[in-house]
Amino acid sequence: MECAISLKHITKTFGSVVANKDVSLDIYKGEILSLLGENGSGKTTLLNMIAGIYYPDSGEVFVNGKPVEIRSPRDAYQLGIGMIHQHFKLVDVFSATENIALGLDAKEKFDLKQVRKKAQEICDKYQFDMDFDQKVYAMSVSQKQTLEIIKVLYRGADILILDEPTAVLTPQETEKLFQVIRNMRADGKSVVIITHKLHEVLAISDRVSILRKGEYVGTVETKDATESLLTEMMVGKKVELNIDRPIPQNPVKRLEIRNLSVTSPEGVRVLSDINFDAFGGEILGIAGVSGNGQKELLEAIAGLQTVESGGSVKYYNSEDGQGPAMEVIGKNPRVIRNAGIHMSFVPEDRLGMGLVGSMGMTGNMMLKSYDSGKALFLDQKSPKNLAERIKEELEVVTPGINTPVSRLSGGNVQKVLVGREIADAPMVLMTAYAVRGLDINTSYAIYDLLNQQKKKGVAVIYVGEDLDVLLALCDKIMVLCAGRVNGIVDGRTATKEQVGLLMTKLQEGGNKNE
Amino acid sequence: MSDLQVREPFVRIVKRDQAPLSKHISVRALAILLALVLDALFIFFVTGLNPFSVYFVMFKGTFGTATRFSWAMRDLVTLLLIGIALAPAFKMKFWNIGAEGQVLMGGLLTALVMVYWGEKLPGPVLYLVMLLTSIAVGAIWGLIPAFFKAKWKTNETLFTLMMNYVATSFVACAVNILRGQASSLGKLNMATQIGWFPKLFGQRYNINILVVLILTFLMFFYLKYTKHGFEISVVGESENTARYAGINVGMVIMRTMAISGAICGLCGFLLVCGRDQTISTNTAGGNGFTAIIVAWLAKFNTFYMALIAFLLIFLQKGAGEIASAYGLNDFAASIITGVILFCILGSEFFINYRLIFRSSKEGKNDGERG
Amino acid sequence: MSSLIAWILRAIPFGTIIMYGAMGEIVTEKSGNLNLGVPGIMYLGGFAGFASAFLYENNTSNPSKLVCILLSLVCCLIASVLGGLIFSFLTITLRANQNVTGLALTTFGMGVANFFGVFILNGKSYSAAPLANSAYSAKMPGLSDLGVAGDILFGYGFLVYLAIVIAVLLHIFLNKTRVGLNLRAVGENPATADAAGINVTRYKYIATCVGAGLSGVGGLYYVLDYNSGIWATTGQIEALGWLAVALVIFTTWRPLNAIWGAYLFGVLYWLYQFLPSLLGFTVASYVTDLIQMVPYVVTIIVLIVTSLRKKKENQPPAHLGLAYFREER
Repeated sequence: MECAISLKHITKTFGSVVANKDVSLDIYKGEILSLLGENGSGKTTLLNMIAGIYYPDSGEVFVNGKPVEIRSPRDAYQLGIGMIHQHFKLVDVFSATENIALGLDAKEKFDLKQVRKKAQEICDKYQFDMDFDQKVYAMSVSQKQTLEIIKVLYRGADILILDEPTAVLTPQETEKLFQVIRNMRADGKSVVIITHKLHEVLAISDRVSILRKGEYVGTVETKDATESLLTEMMVGKKVELNIDRPIPQNPVKRLEIRNLSVTSPEGVRVLSDINFDAFGGEILGIAGVSGNGQKELLEAIAGLQTVESGGSVKYYNSEDGQGPAMEVIGKNPRVIRNAGIHMSFVPEDRLGMGLVGSMGMTGNMMLKSYDSGKALFLDQKSPKNLAERIKEELEVVTPGINTPVSRLSGGNVQKVLVGREIADAPMVLMTAYAVRGLDINTSYAIYDLLNQQKKKGVAVIYVGEDLDVLLALCDKIMVLCAGRVNGIVDGRTATKEQVGLLMTKLQEGGNKNE
Repeated sequence: MSDLQVREPFVRIVKRDQAPLSKHISVRALAILLALVLDALFIFFVTGLNPFSVYFVMFKGTFGTATRFSWAMRDLVTLLLIGIALAPAFKMKFWNIGAEGQVLMGGLLTALVMVYWGEKLPGPVLYLVMLLTSIAVGAIWGLIPAFFKAKWKTNETLFTLMMNYVATSFVACAVNILRGQASSLGKLNMATQIGWFPKLFGQRYNINILVVLILTFLMFFYLKYTKHGFEISVVGESENTARYAGINVGMVIMRTMAISGAICGLCGFLLVCGRDQTISTNTAGGNGFTAIIVAWLAKFNTFYMALIAFLLIFLQKGAGEIASAYGLNDFAASIITGVILFCILGSEFFINYRLIFRSSKEGKNDGERG
Repeated sequence: MSSLIAWILRAIPFGTIIMYGAMGEIVTEKSGNLNLGVPGIMYLGGFAGFASAFLYENNTSNPSKLVCILLSLVCCLIASVLGGLIFSFLTITLRANQNVTGLALTTFGMGVANFFGVFILNGKSYSAAPLANSAYSAKMPGLSDLGVAGDILFGYGFLVYLAIVIAVLLHIFLNKTRVGLNLRAVGENPATADAAGINVTRYKYIATCVGAGLSGVGGLYYVLDYNSGIWATTGQIEALGWLAVALVIFTTWRPLNAIWGAYLFGVLYWLYQFLPSLLGFTVASYVTDLIQMVPYVVTIIVLIVTSLRKKKENQPPAHLGLAYFREER
């Protein structure tokens, strides 16, 4: 097979972090290659070097057998390489046409009508649907992705790199995208897909290359690959999803959510009429394609979303879960805290919401407790002790408790955050994508922590994306679809297919509460 | 396509992890040295004077006599006080470019109270009223842009900038009324000296120096050790985190800007009572802008601010000295200040980033023949 | 009626000064650079233009108007572009904070202009370049003699008309050309522009320097035409520079709005002098001091209204004031 791109001994570091170490990789002409690896394994960094976003510290890149230096995205385009980034590179206030015309070679005459005509031809060829006058800020995620692909094709790219293209798509949109990718292969183009989803790898690609912790592990033909083989290559050892799941001990009701609806500032109804209960001593999983209201649901309960009138979240504090309930809605997080509602929340955006990146562990411990007491001055002592304790107990790797947490690795950041949240002795613990981007060992450490809380009688709410984990960890699984509760199933008996179906297909009548 | 044989970039920029303190100091020292060399060249080519003797004369501008040193301190505390006022706002990433106006409004209220109520109120009450009104009006001047920023995210850089000129108009109007038929407004209450600060160790403005000294410590502790200071840091870092922690972001923005404006207002009060005993559109004298640079370079640490303010005042005084010694003009001060600021601002880069030159990369050149 | 005409005749040249300043700043800001050094740059441009014309006039036995214009324009552009270059180098290459660097540039520009200005003044309170003034303020022959309409429409120096032409050209440039599209993308989302193969650094440099050059012409026009070719040590250019920054907001970053916006600012600025006499009453001079704030208040209101309406197209360039570093993470 002829190589479209050949990487030889590529190394790239950021400060003291090694993102890629001595990676060699071939991309053939006319193939679909999956680049598989866990979050943080250096997939995106590696391909960013081909796209001209980063420049390697050492190593060589060959395009069509010739050594090249790719110093900028422009160099990449001239070599026929186009990358569709996970975070779309589009200008919000520009129309689709303007975005396509952006940065085109100055040789041809500037004529937006011509650009549009040519782009329309591409649309017809691959069966895209695009309103070329629409401004990007008014587009849906999948429309933006389509626009990105048109943009790259317009520039005549022969090698397309897609970074986690399906992360934001519905299954139908994913299938449509895969069809487009196959069409492109039939057209003789090389396509590289960065992903960590095994089933997609098996569904679409010709070959799979695997990275682990920044290093190249190997490449297999997809037809010879199995899920277990790929997993093993990806994580280093065969993973038994062997998560502990103790039987809940006399569960008592801790949270009662009724008629909860949220409309986004853009006027989109992101949550419709949510009803469910969470019990102490249970882990309630929340499944769903990302962007179906999970974030808003947890934020609404935590007091971070404006909720439509009529919705209520009742919190039961007493031992038996019977006594008087406290209303959570209408309070901000501090008021909730001060009202004696013991609720903890590990948000999805760890450094952007849960922690302050520029502060050390001590400062971040203060985030939830700084306002306690009447004094004007901060109590620095107890947060410092707490930081020391968490560092020790959860084995946080950090140069010191005053090192800014943004300098820690993803796993350690999450340990700091989860550690703080459970230190409060919560009655309800909500976590959003608690293991996203973490390595296997840290993930298991997190599952253990959640189970410990469960045994203590805490109502744990676990929003996750990995169905295998949800089915192994949770006692109940609630599935969100289009902002509605699309069913609640028993975690011990439900099948993956059952949950998968609930994630993608809205049931008749919306809420079905078992 | 094969003809695209670009070479590896000559120099690449890489972000530093964290520079050691020695690096911070050496880079800044080099920047100041470079600025002094540039200024020396400038002085030499423009005037033909020996730069070294010029610098010696400059030195005398601040340290020549006790009085000069005292004046330098007077001007230093003005700059420093505004820097102190800006520190909390900047730490919150709120660009308060409106200190000039906030100072003017504080000074204006002080002057009005001094003139119109000076003889009606007993001494201590008069000072209290002047103090409170100037603080209040400064706070309001800071609150207005903060309110819109908190509610609708109105761009505060441009808003506060515009507020300066609204304040200037008010002052111009008041000065016009106060001076009446006279060609200029002399010292207020010249005959009675009501409302002037008493002399402390021979100078009225020594009270200013004292107040600013205290505030330097207070602001340092406010930012570092109080709950408010913590909230300011969190809001400045990430509004989402602040909301998550239950901090009322809008409230913190407004409160902090009220404090920032209030201290500026206080500065106006001190300037009118302690330094000028009058008011004009020049009362703030550009210090509101210079202080922005001071606060920024000191990274909101009030003690560093004192150092930087000292450096700038030293230069200004020195340039004034050159002006009178060599028959130049004291605009030289602005040029010298500008050059120093450029050098220090540029030097930050070498603290935060590292350069990697092509030659420092081993074993790479072999592959470039292709 | 005559005072209305006088008002317009005053407002349009005044507007022209800040129109140049604002157009330059629009170009700069479209690249994402917030240059608060506009007053300093206008000082640099104004002084360089004046000094070159002054020296030429006084050292040449038979000075020509055309040479005078060319020389002063070129010197003005060189000086103000140099100012822009300092800003660009510090903020783009060395990634210094834009607000702070801009303010330092204002200090510096003001210092340079006034420092060397003192040499030219040579002890006098002002010096004049009458030839340059007559060259810059020359009216269009013929057209300006058509009575009142001729006065209002054609009674100005050529820079007034050039400003309008430039505004229209800028509009076309930003909205109808490839380079303009790329430039807007750089200011909105430099990472996207970069990924599209646009040289962000080069665009920022060129836009900032060209913008500075344009702003500098505002200073030149102020000294050699508006101020009758007289250089004196006054601080008025600084206030004009900030007014130009205000005008940029008022136009919501659109050059065509700068045309009427600038004249409106001129009208508002001179409100205090002409409105009372137009309405037939006199106001105390302290009231005129108050009226001077009107342009700034109007700008504040525009700022508030655009932030209230949240229309995407009227917002400042999204990346305004921020440095761009490709490998930031």
